[in-house]
Amino acid sequence: MIWLGIDTSNTPLSVAIVNDGLIIAEIVQDTKLTHSVTAMPTIEELFEKVKMKPNEIDAIAVSEGPGSYTGIRIGVTIAKTLAWTLKKPLIGISSLKVVAANANLFSGLICSLFDARRQNVYAGVYKGETLETVLEEHHSGIKELLQQLKEYNDPVLFVGLDVSKFEEEIRNELGEKALFASKNIQLPRASKLIELAMRESLPSIEDVHSFVPKYHRLAQAEAEWMKGQKKG
Amino acid sequence: MENQNIILAIETSCDETAASIIRNGSEIVSNVVSSQIESQTRFGGVVPEVASRHHVEKISLVIEKALKDANLEPQDLDAVAVTEGPGLVGALLIGINAAKAFAFAHGLPIIGVHHIAGHIYANALVQNMEFPVLALVVSGGHTELVLMKEHGHFEVIGETRDDAAGEAYDKVARVLNLPYPGGPHIDRLAHSASEGVEFPRAWLDNSYDFSFSGLKSAVINYKHNLEQRGEDIVPGMVAKGFQDSVVEVLTTKTVRAAREFQVKQVIAAGGVSANKGLRNSLEQAFQKEGIPFYVPPLNLCTDNAAMIGAAGSYMYQAGIRGNMSMNGNPGLDLKSWSI
Ligand SMILES: [Zn+2]
Repeated sequence: MIWLGIDTSNTPLSVAIVNDGLIIAEIVQDTKLTHSVTAMPTIEELFEKVKMKPNEIDAIAVSEGPGSYTGIRIGVTIAKTLAWTLKKPLIGISSLKVVAANANLFSGLICSLFDARRQNVYAGVYKGETLETVLEEHHSGIKELLQQLKEYNDPVLFVGLDVSKFEEEIRNELGEKALFASKNIQLPRASKLIELAMRESLPSIEDVHSFVPKYHRLAQAEAEWMKGQKKG
Repeated sequence: MENQNIILAIETSCDETAASIIRNGSEIVSNVVSSQIESQTRFGGVVPEVASRHHVEKISLVIEKALKDANLEPQDLDAVAVTEGPGLVGALLIGINAAKAFAFAHGLPIIGVHHIAGHIYANALVQNMEFPVLALVVSGGHTELVLMKEHGHFEVIGETRDDAAGEAYDKVARVLNLPYPGGPHIDRLAHSASEGVEFPRAWLDNSYDFSFSGLKSAVINYKHNLEQRGEDIVPGMVAKGFQDSVVEVLTTKTVRAAREFQVKQVIAAGGVSANKGLRNSLEQAFQKEGIPFYVPPLNLCTDNAAMIGAAGSYMYQAGIRGNMSMNGNPGLDLKSWSI
């Protein structure tokens, strides 16, 4: 079975074509160029490399968020359009989990996090080779997250490109228990995304239309409107 | 040169998710618009992040419906046209990336269309264009007088120096406590009143440019002064006074430009061209001038993909092609594509 994987959830970009679990080609880059300009040309390049036509793939996997709102939407829009028009099933995987998968041989807890600005993060905590969920992906203050992590006895490996921004805070709170991975492990890899997607059961192709990103946060205007409704 | 092609067009520049199939630049084979108006009304205007979220939810469904309504398969198409700008960047990106993915999947060329060129070409769907054409483009984001000497040739001879006409309508509607979008409410109120408040007209000397911010301030001051005296405003009179000022300036300048450039056709385009007061005034003026005047039907005045398909079809014929690195351009200039 041939998979196409797409991750554009933060500044890095990764796309891959994997056949029966084996990478045929994978591109990982962090050029800081907008995905709107780079994503489709990179996908085109990937297909040229492997000398395949778009309709030769059997399924598509995409990082569904959280992350940059615009970034997630570009990946999801491309994946959704391809899946619908090529009549292939589409599976979404948490973009936090995709990065965590780079470290799934670690024996302790794996905390994957992205900066959500103003001392907030998107985070998910996993354990073991199969990345069993310990803390669901969510949006919270970095302080609250670290307090929660203190309650576990296991060492915690932090992954994600934004980890360095919070390193001092993490060390202060967790001390020896906090571990940091080497830099290149922080980049999402579409082959890992596909690995995770392969463990899921394939949804029907009719489900593609209802596929939406998982932002883990309301749009600000929406949140304020809901607040107003409650008061109302 | 005969224009033979079938174009899939996609438009997501603001709060409508739209797709359409256009044959030969003039025939609407299908035209699908999914509006977010119910959602956006809550916020009293279009919130970009909310608009982008809606687009990604609806995009594949809308394109599928356009193909199904047309009873066509992707291999029947010649190209994919999509709004490249101007518009809300996050919203544009959904249409552009969907268009690129679709085009890639089926080996089709992609064409980036200017949103205003689209509004003008809405007329090609109902009327043969005879050049030179003068187009008055009035919408929530635009107030422009565009001269076209041939297909794909655009010369902006006048534009707003501050608010767009539609923007002024929305702002004045807010002053009158009317719901969003304000245009239709003001139009209706204005027709209910027999007399309007006298508001100033911004002529800006001999220029074809427009300005509506002074008028907007005059309305606000008028309301404020009355309130200070403990009097209530009569909304109908304010609406009529405001609309009369906007309509008179737009009509007078359009007539003057039509005379100066000796145009064969005048067309109105954009959401505000659905306004009855403006339509009537322009119709009467150009009847007197003896110059044919056209406004597309309402569903082609507001944002839609059929108009993008019409413009895209002429661009296709002219050999214009985009590529996979096309980006959304919120400030895209109205460039000519003809030689
Ligand atoms: Zn428009």
